[in-house]
Amino acid sequence: MDQIILQILNGLDKGSAYALIALGLTLIFGTLGVVNFAHGALFMIGAFCSVTLNRILTIGYVPEGAEAQSVGGFSFGKPKEVPYVEYWFGEATGQAIVDWSVPLSILFAIPVMIAIGVIMERGLIKHFYKRPHADQILVTFGLAIVLQEIIKFYFGANQIPTPAPEAFVGSFDFGALIGMDPGVIIYPYWRILYFVFALALIFAVFAFLRYTTFGMVVRAGMADRETVTLLGIDVDRRFTIMFGIAAAVAGLAGVMYTPINSPNYHMGMDFLVISFVVVVVGGMGSLPGAVLAGFLLGILESFASMREVIELLPGVNQVVIYLAAIVILLTRPRGLMGRAGVMED
Amino acid sequence: MSGFKMNRRGLLKTSAAVGAGLAMPTIFTSAARAYTNEPSGGSVTLGFNVPQSGPYADEGADELRAYQLAVEHLNGGGDGGMMNTFSSKALKGSGILGKKVEFVTGDTQTKPDAARASARSMIEKDGAVMITGGSSSGVAVAVQALCQEAGVIFMAGLTHSNDTTGKDKKANGFRHFFNSYMSGAALAPILADNYGTDRKAYHLTADYNWGYTTEEAVRNSTEAMGWETVAAVKTPLAQTDFSSYVAPVLNSGADVLVLNHYGGNMVNSLTSAVQFGLRAAEANGKQFQIVVPLYSRLMAQGAGRNVAGIFGSTNWHWSLENVAGDRYAGTNAFVQSFGEKYGFPPSQAAHTVYCQTLLYADACERAGTFNPCGVVEALEGFEFDGLGNGPTLYRAEDHQCFKDVLVVKGKENPESDFDLLEIVDVTPTEQVTYDASIFGGELGSCNAGT
Repeated sequence: MDQIILQILNGLDKGSAYALIALGLTLIFGTLGVVNFAHGALFMIGAFCSVTLNRILTIGYVPEGAEAQSVGGFSFGKPKEVPYVEYWFGEATGQAIVDWSVPLSILFAIPVMIAIGVIMERGLIKHFYKRPHADQILVTFGLAIVLQEIIKFYFGANQIPTPAPEAFVGSFDFGALIGMDPGVIIYPYWRILYFVFALALIFAVFAFLRYTTFGMVVRAGMADRETVTLLGIDVDRRFTIMFGIAAAVAGLAGVMYTPINSPNYHMGMDFLVISFVVVVVGGMGSLPGAVLAGFLLGILESFASMREVIELLPGVNQVVIYLAAIVILLTRPRGLMGRAGVMED
Repeated sequence: MSGFKMNRRGLLKTSAAVGAGLAMPTIFTSAARAYTNEPSGGSVTLGFNVPQSGPYADEGADELRAYQLAVEHLNGGGDGGMMNTFSSKALKGSGILGKKVEFVTGDTQTKPDAARASARSMIEKDGAVMITGGSSSGVAVAVQALCQEAGVIFMAGLTHSNDTTGKDKKANGFRHFFNSYMSGAALAPILADNYGTDRKAYHLTADYNWGYTTEEAVRNSTEAMGWETVAAVKTPLAQTDFSSYVAPVLNSGADVLVLNHYGGNMVNSLTSAVQFGLRAAEANGKQFQIVVPLYSRLMAQGAGRNVAGIFGSTNWHWSLENVAGDRYAGTNAFVQSFGEKYGFPPSQAAHTVYCQTLLYADACERAGTFNPCGVVEALEGFEFDGLGNGPTLYRAEDHQCFKDVLVVKGKENPESDFDLLEIVDVTPTEQVTYDASIFGGELGSCNAGT
């Protein structure tokens, strides 16, 4: 029982990342009709926003008279730098700011990601709206590789540890909370936070689309672009902004993911394929479908990696997501919540 | 056919042209090259095949730095590094056999097919007489086989699988780096001393060749001293989030988690294990422990403070001579030389490839030829010292180096990005030596090519 609860928790937290990326993908597909293979790269760039802010916050100066640090007794060390934030705000506050750099990166990443999204859409992707999906896939995939290589050029290929604030390090006894023996279901604080953050972000996106005039126009545009344009509304501009928002959602998913796994330039590609499966299983163009499928496949993947399951069906952990996709598409060809007429012309 | 007329003169001309064409290859080869890419001018070309893209690009970059340093030292530049401490004094700083050392580089991408393609290009187009490098056993085995066919020497870089000098060994291939068996043999006594002999281990193993051999080595040596293996779960190589594999460990009855992972896999699985509180947990009335059989500095850097207190093994560490004394002479000379040039200490990948380059050059000098068969003969059974690992033997039976193995632990309070591991103990060569026949494979005979 405890193992089942543990894997459900794990699936929800894995599914959070899938759901957020798939949500952004669906937003772009639903509004602009573009299959964006660069979406994984946006997730990765989000994670590197957090690395970048950490680097910015730790930029320092060498205090006067500081001696070169000895590296294990060798003479090639550099003097130790003191971060400017410690100089400006005092040592304790400065260290706390650096410690909280991942949550602070949310504020940094939102404008950066929206800007990157808008530039990407206006600068490149808009030229491919009338081209076949295959062209869009090729150009966005190429873009993903370019973005990846740029990040690798500046940050290297190695993973960069980006720890959570000290307050969130450690784990939480979930079992004790639901009346089980203590120590049976232990779950890391940050992963629980990631799940809560994902839910909040998903809720915010849905609320934005549901309860704002802007969102209403976007939804109308998704349903019937031509009519909305004929009413004199500049749908294109709104869709561009939606692209920016979708980029920000992927970026925020990346920012918050950095303490879970140290980011590297390739992390976007690792998520990309699964996210597409999530979108297809959820139903092309269906936002609730993307979220539902994200969590569902996350849970499925977690269960498939249980030792008991692998012993019974060796290798199932590597293919379970694709098996599930096949089964769902055979029984519900439009995906879980897909609508008729989307991607069917 | 009416337009085609062949007269006597035309026939003669055509025959002469065709004859010359057919004779061409033999004209070039008839310069009597005794072996593939025999250097003819005043220089000799070495091929450095390292990952320049892909996940191990940083490790490849460090290897390349060490290669450049080695070439500089061989050609008489810099401070000479470990050439000054090397027990063999055949190298004079005047290149190899009087020929200036030049090099070409290839990108293995950490993919066996790409690595073979770049090695082939360096051999066929650039005339490389020796290929060296790499950061993966899959690549090492593939390139080693290619070098055997082509008739050039292969000096392996960072490759830790038993297979490289075990079932896939080749007469033209040599490995300075240690292997999975040695990691297991070196770690087991230290683990027993620190954690006791009554332990239950849970293995997470990367689902590929290196993972299997490492799991097997660690299991065999820990079970021999009384540990029990509760479970061993294979994880996909492409896995990035290991939480679903790590989460059940705490309640599995195990009190030690062994992560048979390397590179990104290790960084991610260790991070997950620490997040799930395994380091702080208790099981079976004991403190829970994590073990990482193979450590590298890049992995330690990627995992950050999560490595603190975790045991593993390495081939070499830059603090070795300062910690363990003169027996490891050469270490400080190399670190100083590398640090002066690049501003930070070298990694174990850098060290092993630097040693390999010097060992190759020295073997050519002692053999008096670049002929692979001469080099093989000079390296087989070669005993040397002063390259940072203490007295070392290049065993003739499998072309594997035998030397002391380091057991290290993640530092609790590292002073810098390069100071993440501390040496706990050095396991003497005798304890990590095994019979050459246990892993099977046939060395075959050396191939000098054409």
